Amino acid sequence: MLLIPCPFCGEREEDEFVFGGDAKRERPTDPTSTSTEQWVDYVYNSNNTKGESLEWWWHAQGCTKWFRITRNTVTHAITPESDR
Amino acid sequence: MQRYSIFSLARNALTGHKNWQQVWRSPSPKKEYDVVIIGGGGHGLGAAWYLARDHGITNVAVVEKGWLGGGNTGRNTMTVRSNFLREASVPFHEKSLDLYHELAKDLNYNLMVSERGMITFIQSSAVNRVQMQMANTMHIYGAKYRMMGLDEVRRRVPIFDPPDDMRLPIHGAIHQPRASMVRHDAVAWGFARAADARGVDILQQTEVTGIARENGGVTGVQTNRGFIKAKKVAMAVAGHGSVVADMAGIRLPIVTQPLQAWVSEPIKPVLNEIIVIRSYHGTYLMQSDKGEIVIGQGADPYPSYAQRGTIPIIEDATAAVLEVFPSFERLKLLRHWAGMLDMTFDGSPIISKTDVKGFYVDVAGSGGFKTTPAAAKTFAHLIANDEPHVLTGELGLDRFHSGRLVPEGGVSANH
Amino acid sequence: MTRLQHGGSIDRDQPLEFTFNGKRYQGYAGDTLASALLANGVRLIGRSFKYHRPRGIVTAGGEETNALVQINGTADDPGFSEPNVRATTLKLTHGLDVSSVNCWPNPNLDVGAINSLLSPLLPAGFYYKTFMAGPWDRYAGAIRRAAGLGRVPKVPAKKRYERRYAHTDVLVIGAGPAGLRAALEAAKSGASVMLVDDQETPGGHLLDVKSGDGNHAAIQALAADPQTADLINYVPRTTATGYYDHNLVVAVQRQPDDAPWIYERLWHVRAREVILATGAVERPLVFVNNDRPGVMLASAARTYVNRYAVAPGQRAVFFTNNSSAYGAVFDLADAGITIGAVIDARPEPEQDLIAACRTRGISVYPNSVVIKATGKKQVAHATIASRSDLTRTRDEACDLLCMSGGWNPLVHLHSHSGAKPVYDERIAAFVPGESVQNERSVGACNGDFDFDTETFDIDALWEVGHNGTTGKAFVDYQNDVTTADIDLALRENFQSIEHVKRYTTAGMATDQGKMGNANVIGVVAQRLAQRPDDIGTTTYRPPFTPVSFGALGGADRGALILPTRNTPITPWNLEHGASMNEAGANFRRPFWFPNPGESDASAIARAAIAVRNGAGIYDATPLGKFELHGPDVPQLLNLLYTNRFDDLKVGHGRFGLMLREDGRLLDDGVTFRMEDHWLMTCGTGAASGVLMHIERLLQTELTHLKVYVVNVTSQWANICVCGPQSRAVLQSAGVDIDLSGDFKFMQMKSANVAGVAARVARVSYTGELSFEINARRRDALALWEALIAAGKPFDITPVGSETSAVLRIEKGFISAGTEGDNITNPFDAGLGWIVDMDKPDFIGKRTLMRDLEHDIPRQHVVGLLPEDPEFVVAEGSALLPREGSRDFQGHVTASCYSPTLDRPIALALLKNGKQRHGEEIVVSGLDRSIKAEVTKPVFYDPKGTRMRS
Repeated sequence: MLLIPCPFCGEREEDEFVFGGDAKRERPTDPTSTSTEQWVDYVYNSNNTKGESLEWWWHAQGCTKWFRITRNTVTHAITPESDR
Repeated sequence: MQRYSIFSLARNALTGHKNWQQVWRSPSPKKEYDVVIIGGGGHGLGAAWYLARDHGITNVAVVEKGWLGGGNTGRNTMTVRSNFLREASVPFHEKSLDLYHELAKDLNYNLMVSERGMITFIQSSAVNRVQMQMANTMHIYGAKYRMMGLDEVRRRVPIFDPPDDMRLPIHGAIHQPRASMVRHDAVAWGFARAADARGVDILQQTEVTGIARENGGVTGVQTNRGFIKAKKVAMAVAGHGSVVADMAGIRLPIVTQPLQAWVSEPIKPVLNEIIVIRSYHGTYLMQSDKGEIVIGQGADPYPSYAQRGTIPIIEDATAAVLEVFPSFERLKLLRHWAGMLDMTFDGSPIISKTDVKGFYVDVAGSGGFKTTPAAAKTFAHLIANDEPHVLTGELGLDRFHSGRLVPEGGVSANH
Repeated sequence: MTRLQHGGSIDRDQPLEFTFNGKRYQGYAGDTLASALLANGVRLIGRSFKYHRPRGIVTAGGEETNALVQINGTADDPGFSEPNVRATTLKLTHGLDVSSVNCWPNPNLDVGAINSLLSPLLPAGFYYKTFMAGPWDRYAGAIRRAAGLGRVPKVPAKKRYERRYAHTDVLVIGAGPAGLRAALEAAKSGASVMLVDDQETPGGHLLDVKSGDGNHAAIQALAADPQTADLINYVPRTTATGYYDHNLVVAVQRQPDDAPWIYERLWHVRAREVILATGAVERPLVFVNNDRPGVMLASAARTYVNRYAVAPGQRAVFFTNNSSAYGAVFDLADAGITIGAVIDARPEPEQDLIAACRTRGISVYPNSVVIKATGKKQVAHATIASRSDLTRTRDEACDLLCMSGGWNPLVHLHSHSGAKPVYDERIAAFVPGESVQNERSVGACNGDFDFDTETFDIDALWEVGHNGTTGKAFVDYQNDVTTADIDLALRENFQSIEHVKRYTTAGMATDQGKMGNANVIGVVAQRLAQRPDDIGTTTYRPPFTPVSFGALGGADRGALILPTRNTPITPWNLEHGASMNEAGANFRRPFWFPNPGESDASAIARAAIAVRNGAGIYDATPLGKFELHGPDVPQLLNLLYTNRFDDLKVGHGRFGLMLREDGRLLDDGVTFRMEDHWLMTCGTGAASGVLMHIERLLQTELTHLKVYVVNVTSQWANICVCGPQSRAVLQSAGVDIDLSGDFKFMQMKSANVAGVAARVARVSYTGELSFEINARRRDALALWEALIAAGKPFDITPVGSETSAVLRIEKGFISAGTEGDNITNPFDAGLGWIVDMDKPDFIGKRTLMRDLEHDIPRQHVVGLLPEDPEFVVAEGSALLPREGSRDFQGHVTASCYSPTLDRPIALALLKNGKQRHGEEIVVSGLDRSIKAEVTKPVFYDPKGTRMRS
């Protein structure tokens, strides 16, 4: 059970949050002119990082804010974005 | 290969079991192999055996960074079943059940395939619809999946005792008689022994650190025991698919998630069937041959390579189990752990060529133990022929390019 | 009787009666079941898992693997039953009724003991090598019946459970001397401190040594100090069972004093820092027949003497490889137990210890070992040999053989936290390694032993060698794993410690290796000529000791298992006999309203006919509702939906289709433009996903857009009056706006309906003229009742979800949750008319472009008219070109009897379906296959004139 530092509310239990995905994944700015290959890579493929991963989390049961943390996917150690 | 039987057991008993041979050798790596398979779990070892047996390719190494069967092969809940939705999935999973039933004889190793049958409780109309879709798709391919009334459930499972005012009442149940439990370690060990006997080199404590390529094709693998040349490299590393594929410059549509399981202390037999409650959470339980109640639930909601269990999922699933089996209240949780699920975008396996010539991937999707023999057999076919097996023609990576996905995510959130 | 005359912390004024295997005994308050049984001379407690060998009490704590019992009842709950309870930690209570596990009819005359004779055929992993002829289940039944330990109760216990959460600066686990000192120091620094301990009273191992000990008294004083009590939140009878991420420790408290109705309380403790002071447990020595009843850990014997005033034997032999056992020797001797001999494997034991023995008349044999215990159901002799010549033996009579193989620090919680224990040569045991989380280990669990002797000295002795004696030397008692099993595993090349464990099952019993793991590692290391460090430990998995299912899930009973959401209309629905069912997002809603004696199908059809011909009323409150504020809402909606919203006029609504980026259906719903904001509606079950989707876009990608979203699902009730008479119903209820004329389909107006301030919208999910009335939650029930009253002359009929489904199937309205199956794109669903591919961008557009590029077989939504007018095909049925074919063509997504058409109809996804209208296809169900005609997916009012009327 993770203890997640919401930048607005402080540390809260994991079950208040929803994992929001890899924050390094960015939507192509102009999808129409993006090649199918690039687009398919964006939609389906993941970095699936083992180790330090920059992630989005949504404080769904709290302030409803989205924020980024760096979470180690092996040790689960979390660094808030503000500390980086 | 030293044959196993009740007679060989009796013979060896007379000599204090001092004459049993090694189950597999521990050779030094050769300089070059026709095929290097990365991952010494059920899928990788099975593929090696099928390569040797079905395709005559024996100059094969299976490299494993730890010990055989130490990944998800040794961490699952030993359940095999074929209740799936899609015409691209059902025959593949059904084949796996067929093979599981034959393997003990083929491998001369007892995998302890116990045909318990699986009872899935239907607790909402959306679940009913999906289960009926499964039943009908499976019916076409000859897989048995039938409705079961609660009276029959009570007859078969005397300890089933849900309250009258159950929060999610059980409307009915559906039964897959062929769903089974299989001794997970035995799958890895049985394949390893048989593959070794056919000349496959099993290299434990051998970690791949790089995949060498030239002109768009593989040439070998770098390992902690030196470079190993290979004409073909095949990856079957449940839980580390992205990490290994990345060494070949391949990105995969997978997210690694923890899949938890736990067991109770052993008790005398009370539960023959595999029971699925709240199927949209994927809570299921069964009793092992040893007497432990084995429980599992769907994947944790965020990616992790930690292989550790967490407490909320256990609390949640245990509450659901107690609702239906209130007499389990004084059973005790003995051990809990997590495996790693390389969850694919559509939940179905990927058994595929890649853009790198001679590099093949086998990713299990929503749980790989049940698919082990079919995946191993079809993966071996793919490696040997550079063409997919007829059962996995629709399970390649190209489906993400074309959009012809095989969604097996179960029930949508809209239950 | 073997109860000592004096001493112990039992209360001799409180005798307690209890029953073991049907026989009545007496113990005292303060006893455990084990101490009470020993006091009554009961040595044989049960039988082992595989060979059914006789077993007794080995330990005095939670690591016990032999003395397991089944509780058959207690005085306050005669029906209470619990399997696999350790006699060594079971507090004796009056009326306790227990029996042995895994033996029949009793441990003395156990039929299963025949396995012992078959044991040559049952080496480690024998089952992998045989039983391959025919299905495994042919053999498995017998094996399964033989396996297992206790029995599951026939009736549920009447216990109650609780979960509690705590946050503290410092959590100290273990109230032994080290833990107490740590807690006190931490408290003095001003930190909030929680101290959990699994015993009744603080003191740890000092409780087990002779009372009057100076250290003991000091600790007692410390624990009793009122100032200490104020500073420290001390929670006794509480076992920390797991150490999880971010310093979360889970602990089980048994029978808390503050809540006598609670049997077990599960704590979740978040601590800034965790101090592990969990102590160490003694390990057995490995020699032949080291499992005979009467073979006991030296420390356990000492505990029984000192704490419970029980003599576990009359004549004891000690076998040790370390200095710690001598304290037990002295205490037993001082309690009047004859010490036959002290066998010390060390070549040169400490002179002062030898001298102290000599003064008590005890002989010490250095450089010696016990190679075998003899006796059948009870140890009778210890066979002693010199380490330099194992063949020269002599027998020493004894009824108690105390062994000390060294001490294993309890590094389990440290290991759960993600850290790796390391081997410490000095104490021949694994100790905590580098911390991963904010924790540290102190005292014995850190390898800092605090025994009676100045220094701790040990000569690692993983097993006593062979001298040709036959017999089994156990490394794991409960699972009956012997050194020969380890030999076999290694011979067969199962050399990884994980392989040894899995192949032999050593360490997989109910103690999870607390007793045996160190010896297994030691034996493997010795055989492979490696250091224990190179072998490494297997991973310790939580929990530290087994935790009841009740403690884990028993607090979430009945209604607490899952929240239920109600609407303001729910009480009315219940009063009027609605058949309630799950409707998504934890809402329960009426599926149909049967009249007395009416069938479900008839009730569903009756309401549908009412809607088609007269008036129906439907509680649509669970639908998701979001207010969108800000100047950039049109831009957002243009991106969210496949169609345009920027040109929508105030007071108007539009149906929108929302996709995920993979081009598949996420939701559909109507969004209205109000004067100063927008109101979006969405499917009940989809609501949380839709909100997440919108918030994600706004907060992560489209941060330049000025939009604010509020979820108003619960603030606004939504009552839908539908059917050709709905206008008349509203007029009769009293409404202050003109409901015809310029109030067109897909418009929304503010109005006063039946005296309630509301918003009225003309939308339709039924295909009929419909008005959705949004009202404040608190006004909704009154409004509903007013509409029912006003609708009486029109026979207004309450409509449930099943009727609603019939109406939508008749109209061919797509449901994202059914026809949208993660393959279907909007074109497949016949919703191409709502996809504006000319818009520069919308979520999912690029993937739809991909779909259009690829000529792959697609499945389309179609209608089906089954040929049998009486047979409603089952949802989920498969579509085939002809009966018996395996050429799968699609499946039925929705099916019903249509009262309007008076025939069964269905919607389906069919390969290339758009081109196949008019074709005949086989609908293959589990019970029956029938032919059906493929049609357009709309059966009623295809032009939609009725809903626009």
